[in-house]
Amino acid sequence: MYTYNDFDDAFVRERVAQFRAQVDRRIDGSLTEDEFKPLRLMNGLYLQLHAYMLRVAIPYGTLNSAQMRQLAMIADKWDKGYGHFTTRQNIQFNWPKLADVPDMLDALADVGMHAIQTSGNTIRNVTADHFAGAAADEIEDPRPVAELIRQWSTDHPEFQFLPRKFKIAVTGSPNDRAVTRAHDIGLRMVRNDAGAPGFEVLVGGGLGRTPMIAEVINGFLPRADLLPYLEAIVSVYNLLGRRDNKYKARIKITVSETGIDEFRAHVDDIFQHLRGEFTGLDQQMLAEIEQSFAAPTFRKAAVDKYDNARAEGPAFRSWSDTNLALHRAPDYAIVTVSLKAHGATPGDATSDQMRVLADLAERFGHDELRISHEQNVILPHVHKSDLPEVYATLRDHGLATANIGLISDIIACPGMDYCALATARSIPIAQEIATRFDELKLEHDIGALKIKISGCINACGHHHVGHIGILGLDRAGVENYQVTLGGDGTETAQIGERAGPGFPADEIVPAIERLILAYLGLRQHPDETFLETYRRLGLAPFKAALYPEKEAAHAA
Amino acid sequence: MSRRPFTPKVVTANALLEGDAVWLTEDDRWTRDMREAELITDEAVADDRLLFAIAQPDVVVGAYLVDAESGDQGPGPSHFREAFRTRGPSNYAHGKQVGE
Repeated sequence: MYTYNDFDDAFVRERVAQFRAQVDRRIDGSLTEDEFKPLRLMNGLYLQLHAYMLRVAIPYGTLNSAQMRQLAMIADKWDKGYGHFTTRQNIQFNWPKLADVPDMLDALADVGMHAIQTSGNTIRNVTADHFAGAAADEIEDPRPVAELIRQWSTDHPEFQFLPRKFKIAVTGSPNDRAVTRAHDIGLRMVRNDAGAPGFEVLVGGGLGRTPMIAEVINGFLPRADLLPYLEAIVSVYNLLGRRDNKYKARIKITVSETGIDEFRAHVDDIFQHLRGEFTGLDQQMLAEIEQSFAAPTFRKAAVDKYDNARAEGPAFRSWSDTNLALHRAPDYAIVTVSLKAHGATPGDATSDQMRVLADLAERFGHDELRISHEQNVILPHVHKSDLPEVYATLRDHGLATANIGLISDIIACPGMDYCALATARSIPIAQEIATRFDELKLEHDIGALKIKISGCINACGHHHVGHIGILGLDRAGVENYQVTLGGDGTETAQIGERAGPGFPADEIVPAIERLILAYLGLRQHPDETFLETYRRLGLAPFKAALYPEKEAAHAA
Repeated sequence: MSRRPFTPKVVTANALLEGDAVWLTEDDRWTRDMREAELITDEAVADDRLLFAIAQPDVVVGAYLVDAESGDQGPGPSHFREAFRTRGPSNYAHGKQVGE
């Protein structure tokens, strides 16, 4: 994986030194909060309900063991011994003290990490498929390109004051695990008829107040044109994007108000001009970056230990059925470690768990870890013969929950337990749903199902693309939860449909239970997923399950 | 033109250094315990107290007036968001609920 060169290191260190001086000036009173706020946001520091929060970028979700151990150290030394992995492949520390933050940033710089552009109206942390470099279905590893974009966008002088934040996601697989269609720019690596590598470029996706699925602005962009083309898109947005209304400032609104054809014409104009300014240095840099992402040498060895463990242990078999994905090397597996133990906070890991994961990556996983937007941790390269030992270690540390892709593998934003923007809590709802379906012992019978919960309209919990989405709102001073159905964040992306009026906090879990029981009765066979059943039947039968009183009143 | 009657309020903010929720007391201190806050029942006083809070940027951040209710032990929150600010998160025993 990529390691900082002298330039990267010097840049990050200088930024920490600048921020240290800014914090000092804030504390001694020479900077007001109005002056300081944009400076702290540029360095990922928020002020939340109960404390400051530091958001650290994990570019394209990739970490090595030393970085994971450092995150654990930071959690122990300056926070409360845990971290929260987010839906944008960041980690958040919920309890830092203002005066400690520069030291935390220095500790990050020691392992080649930073919190730059994890907030503010800039190009944010570039996200990617969490199975990148490992997935059997991958055309090409998207991470070198994501790293090139990180370098290009970091401190890009033209793009520090965009109309609004700007999110880019990259995938190298036809199966979209990076939610590219819900990003400001989504990049899908493809090959043209001649076999040349390039990108399908999507623009104007996003969730939040006005959810939109991205449109294709370019069906095949040659690989070498990527940076000038991205620069053209962001330039057009920077000029046309609305600054009069925060809620209309994202590129999705610019594209929908301008129209994709006119927007594309503007981009093409600027691209023609910019293309000549990129004289090949970017491609030279990309070639160097690619070398640092060279695939590990995969071991060839017998896998009978794995086969035997599956035959002998039902718990191991259940976990390996649920938490493993197909690796490009036949004797390897991709392990998804669930951070969703039933009743736990989705995405939280203790410092001990982080160290265990780091040790496993070092011993069994070619020193690689990934963080998924679904708030789990991935060991991307594990030889199958090592899986029984990996499983046993995970189990000893509360990390062996066999629920990936199931009803309790819930995405939840921090909600009003932490977030100053939230209108209701998310975490307790996720905890209660997971606990309830664990009690019912229905989870594996229900099968593939994505529940996503946001604690406000900004949709950090991706509720619009959940098969079941839950949105927490404040209705006349009471927490209230709205349900959307049929959302999908993959290559067949779709925005979920609102089912009807919201539910109070104590009625939302029973409502979800009615919905699921209805699905179990409606599906044609056990392999028909919730989403497939929903697409076949539409909203009506699910609405009837959610609102039985209305149904009864209607019948009477 | 009718105006909505003034409802009792407290001045609250976040502490600059720790970032935690604080409330303004009658004797011009910032307290971590909402029950010690000054419950303001007069609109002109409320505006004046808010100005006093805003003028302390080296102590607190983001001061605002918020509705509060009178209770046996002092002012209490009238909205769930403010109630959470007096306690801390619901997923862990962290923050004010454990005296931090």
